[in-house]
Amino acid sequence: MNRGLTGMFKKLTIAAVTVLGLTSGSAFAAGDEGHVEDFAFSYEGPFGSYDQNQLQRGLKVYTEVCAACHGLKFVPLRTLGDEGGPGFTEEQVRAYAAENFEVFDAELDDFRPAGPVDKFPANDAVGAPDLSLMAKARAGFHGPYGSGLNQLFRGIGGAEYIASLLSGYTGEEKVEAGTTFYENHAFPGGWISMAPPLSDEMVEFDDGHSNTVHHMSQDVAAFLMWTAEPKMMARQHAGFVAVLFLTVLSVLLYLTNKRIWAPLKGKHKPEA
Amino acid sequence: MSGIPHDHYEPRTGTEKWVHSRLPIVGLLYDTLMIPTPKNLNWMWIWGIVLTFCLVLQIVTGIVLAMHYTPHVDMAFASVEHIMRDVNGGHMLRYLHANGASLFFVAVYAHIFRGLYYGSYKAPREITWIIGMLIYLCMMGTAFMGYVLPWGQMSFWGATVITGLFGAIPFIGEPIQTWLLGGPAVDNATLNRFFSLHYLLPFVIAALVAVHIWAFHSTGNNNPTGVEVRRASKAEAEKDTVPFWPYFVIKDLFALAVIMVIFFAIVGFMPNYLGHPDNYIEANPLATPAHIVPEWYFLPFYAILRAFTSEVWVVQIASFITGGLIDAKFFGVLAMFGAIAVMALAPWLDTSSVRSGRYRPMFKWWFALLVIDFIVLMWLGAMPAEEPYASFSLIASAYWFGYFLVILPLLGVIEKPQAQPATIEEDFNAHYAKPSDTAPAE
Repeated sequence: MNRGLTGMFKKLTIAAVTVLGLTSGSAFAAGDEGHVEDFAFSYEGPFGSYDQNQLQRGLKVYTEVCAACHGLKFVPLRTLGDEGGPGFTEEQVRAYAAENFEVFDAELDDFRPAGPVDKFPANDAVGAPDLSLMAKARAGFHGPYGSGLNQLFRGIGGAEYIASLLSGYTGEEKVEAGTTFYENHAFPGGWISMAPPLSDEMVEFDDGHSNTVHHMSQDVAAFLMWTAEPKMMARQHAGFVAVLFLTVLSVLLYLTNKRIWAPLKGKHKPEA
Repeated sequence: MSGIPHDHYEPRTGTEKWVHSRLPIVGLLYDTLMIPTPKNLNWMWIWGIVLTFCLVLQIVTGIVLAMHYTPHVDMAFASVEHIMRDVNGGHMLRYLHANGASLFFVAVYAHIFRGLYYGSYKAPREITWIIGMLIYLCMMGTAFMGYVLPWGQMSFWGATVITGLFGAIPFIGEPIQTWLLGGPAVDNATLNRFFSLHYLLPFVIAALVAVHIWAFHSTGNNNPTGVEVRRASKAEAEKDTVPFWPYFVIKDLFALAVIMVIFFAIVGFMPNYLGHPDNYIEANPLATPAHIVPEWYFLPFYAILRAFTSEVWVVQIASFITGGLIDAKFFGVLAMFGAIAVMALAPWLDTSSVRSGRYRPMFKWWFALLVIDFIVLMWLGAMPAEEPYASFSLIASAYWFGYFLVILPLLGVIEKPQAQPATIEEDFNAHYAKPSDTAPAE
């Protein structure tokens, strides 16, 4: 009888936790959402990690294409050399920063080439959004059943959204109130004001990787996941170690608890 | 400390006696840790430790985060990114703090519903219950203001919507809203005071927790039978209880460790699961997000707030009687706070003389329905304000109030409770035979 009631409590707790998951995901499930393709990224899942080559390719796509209109104002250039990132050497970071960006130096009262101490510049030229956090600021998918739980194995989904958007143009255009809109089946509402930024073989990769729109989209999306979550590797590692040690601690505490209560509960013969 | 007879601390050495005669702090710690605790407590009695852990976790991570955070509208969002990218371990600190808030609320809801089922709120534990409700209110205030600090889109618009509720109060509403915000709209003054209060309130909670623990240590713990510990003699009390240390400390720590496994899996592998993508967009007063959704732990009460629209007849009657003073918006605000108020009044609304729901055959089904109702409200709070969700919200809100205002008072009169065990010892032995009884059989 008592067992039954405790059982009921347990079931209710489980139900509550389940719905907790459901509501968190379904909160933004409504609305006219575009179609997001589930790209496979190397960093997905608890044991995934960024593909260094892919991040370098993505950086190249960003530098040669996206940077024309979009900034990365929260990302320090030095982090290009951080572990778990594109893995540049110190010289490569210096060379990359100096070659590609200029920053205004208040001491010099003039522009100078960027260095590792600087951040990627902001870019407000045409009002395009900053991309530093874009991969976390867009929801890719919400399944299963709106619970959003599949992000445990498939990643947060923002990079999938970005890749789907970049490769989701249909080629249709329309002009409304003087602005040209381009049809895109990943964009909510279906029409976006950004012209298709990529075309096949637009960026030449040093590693000779395929440079179709599909592959470039995926590479730059992975890079933007890294700019949004540069410490993902360190975090997953810390999480794994914590789960491992806490599991061991749980087992030890379980056995301790069992032993302490044994004389009272009489489930085991008392030790002689 | 509790009214249950037990051994007290006796200073033995000269130093112990010297300290004890001047400040009996060791004795206080001893009595607190060795409090006689009903030995039949089940796994729903672990949440207190989890909650204490959460409070400590939030204060410790929060203090370190505050060292790197800048409460200014132009710098807050960037300072959070500074924490995520430049501060050593900053990304873990922030994710622990953000997800720690969710764990805090998971634990507090389990703790509250435990109290509601086993009648922990009933005499003589009303003050424990009321202080608990005050802690819960402070937690909601702290969590709400904490969510504003990163200064993302949901931070800003959530703050705008929630402080707007105060504007619904007749006559004094707008001055109160302006006073709360420090200006006509959510701006730098709002962010600054929210940061100040977000830092202050956890210490208010810590003080309330001390009183909460003091209160139930004075009355003794409730237990799954709701039957009181025998107190006529120490020998009798010892048959019903075991000391908190080591029996329940180890049990609770085991439960905490298991919960920590899940918690760290979420922090390590999906730390943004319970967050909202829009909060990674810097606050923009000129662009309203498509859906403004509060954090999951506010959703049930958000659903109640939105349920009472001007089409609902109770709202129309209230508006007619008060000459339009109580409009739909103000009614919604009253309903939201009322939903918590009726819960706080449970000790006086419940007329049953039986404490534990275990021996109340009708009550337990109404209670189960209340838990389902709470979950349904949580789901509805996340849904858009349109049919059929609006009607469901109204029905679910009505049940919430009906449970406390009608069902609880009536059940005490019409329900026929089942037989309760005479003592806690009897209940415990019904589950676990003593070693001496089972040893020959094994």
